[in-house]
Amino acid sequence: MTIGLGHYLTVAAILFVFGVFGIFLNRKNVIIILMSVELMLLAVNINLVAFSTYLNDLVGQVFAMFVLTVAAAEAAIGLAILVVYFRNRGSIAVEDINQMKG
Amino acid sequence: MNGELNLFVALPEIIMAVWAMALLMLGVFQGDKSYNQISNLTIVGFIVCAIVMLVNVGGERQVAFGGMFISDAFAVFMKTLVYAGGAVVLLISTTYLKDHKIARFEFPILVMLASLGMLLMISANSLMSLYVGLELQSLSLYVLAAMNRDRTRSTEAGLKYFLLGALSSGMLLYGISLIYGFTGTVDFDVLAQVLKTEGASNIGAVIGIVFMLAGLAFKVSAVPFHMWTPDVYEGSPTPVTAFFAAAPKVAALALFIRVMVGAFPGLMHEWQQIVIFISIASMLVGAFIALVQTNIKRLLAYSSIGHIGYALVGLAAGTQAGVESVLIYIAIYLTMTLGTFASVLTMRRSEGMVENISDLAGLSRNNLPMAVALAIFMFSLAGIPLLAGFWGKWYVFLAAVEAGLWPVALIGLLASVVSAFYYLRVVKIMFFDEPAASFDGNHGRSVSFVIGVSALINSPVSYILLVAPLITAAGWASKALLF
Repeated sequence: MTIGLGHYLTVAAILFVFGVFGIFLNRKNVIIILMSVELMLLAVNINLVAFSTYLNDLVGQVFAMFVLTVAAAEAAIGLAILVVYFRNRGSIAVEDINQMKG
Repeated sequence: MNGELNLFVALPEIIMAVWAMALLMLGVFQGDKSYNQISNLTIVGFIVCAIVMLVNVGGERQVAFGGMFISDAFAVFMKTLVYAGGAVVLLISTTYLKDHKIARFEFPILVMLASLGMLLMISANSLMSLYVGLELQSLSLYVLAAMNRDRTRSTEAGLKYFLLGALSSGMLLYGISLIYGFTGTVDFDVLAQVLKTEGASNIGAVIGIVFMLAGLAFKVSAVPFHMWTPDVYEGSPTPVTAFFAAAPKVAALALFIRVMVGAFPGLMHEWQQIVIFISIASMLVGAFIALVQTNIKRLLAYSSIGHIGYALVGLAAGTQAGVESVLIYIAIYLTMTLGTFASVLTMRRSEGMVENISDLAGLSRNNLPMAVALAIFMFSLAGIPLLAGFWGKWYVFLAAVEAGLWPVALIGLLASVVSAFYYLRVVKIMFFDEPAASFDGNHGRSVSFVIGVSALINSPVSYILLVAPLITAAGWASKALLF
């Protein structure tokens, strides 16, 4: 069996779905949500690189580099916000993020 | 065309990026006491960039960075609104930030960087520059939401905005990767050509567009991706909320139009259905859930969801008249919303800021000019005839009816009748209820100035002076998109 584009896309789709479900089904910890977000972005990267090879076109790989860079910045800002939140609230459990409702 | 850098077209953005970094250095060396200086310099930066854009770049269609960056009349129109939104927010925020001891020099710089991201979004002509611009804007906005870092509500708003924003970026990006893979390009012009011949037979691209629409709907806070809006609006410091309600909405809507009309005209039948759905849902949610709100910032959050719904009616029409009406609508919305948030910034007593609608009781007897101005904003938001907000709705619904979407226009009309109830309730509370304690009035001259000017713009006077030039400008801008 040769590994083709379809296999890569399937892996990426599965990872992406794991990421989305990790965000919605997780009731415990915000850090897990951050990890799920990273998972989604990495799924996208697999897609981009696989398509890039398949199309013989460099744009996808350049795009993947941009996504990696932005994902790093995003994680840094997310963790910073998480730290200030923890200082105020003393907890980062998902069910405790409930000061505002309606 | 391709392969050329053509930096001159992006001159305003380059000036702004350098300016923001220079101010950052200034702030780092001088500390928080330099807030006033940096805030003023930021406003000057906005004005300089706007002048450079209007005078040197102009409204003709030019591309830079090998076709990734585009400047045309549409971009000039939307960027003018973004510059105005950013500068006005800086004008009205000083007193509030100083009172709450969060007048840090980072605030104007973050506003400027977020605005820079918005300018790049508006000028994006490829999926890559779209993504980078969008993230520059979003990352700055996450930090702004959590600006008041010693208050739980502000940090919670920042956290919620960040988590849902990251999710929506992920969805947008997944859609982008599918579109890239199934069309082989990220350039909007090439995408439009490819999809014109292939149309809906390219299933992968259609699925990609659905994902992209989900991400974009989040950024304009359209239903069903609106959940973050009320919480973030309520929790963020009020000047930040004013910024959220003004400039990012303009930029995200511009991006929405640019992507749908510029890159996917070949799949118009597919995206049109989704846009119709989200616009109807946004109008209804904005009208009904706002009825039970007691906090004015939450009320305005639902109001902004509803207004995005009305604006999307024009895009759903998918015609040039439709896009023109969206541009008219969003320009008027910007003045209404900035005026309203400036009024919310005057709701302060000795014990601090108050945010409940009931705190406005009897405002007409304590401060008649303020009550009249706020009443004008409420009437304008409700779309009462002769005020500016009415003309926005009029052109949007007209475009929808002309495109054969009269059911959408009818639902919009009914939703605006329902939403008139809660706007008029605010007016009733201000004019006919027993007066509550009066506000202390130390909100600063620039806030009063902004309220006065935007009340004037929204008053019936505007029809004689402003609506005609606005329609001309919007028509000029919408012609730049290729239909």
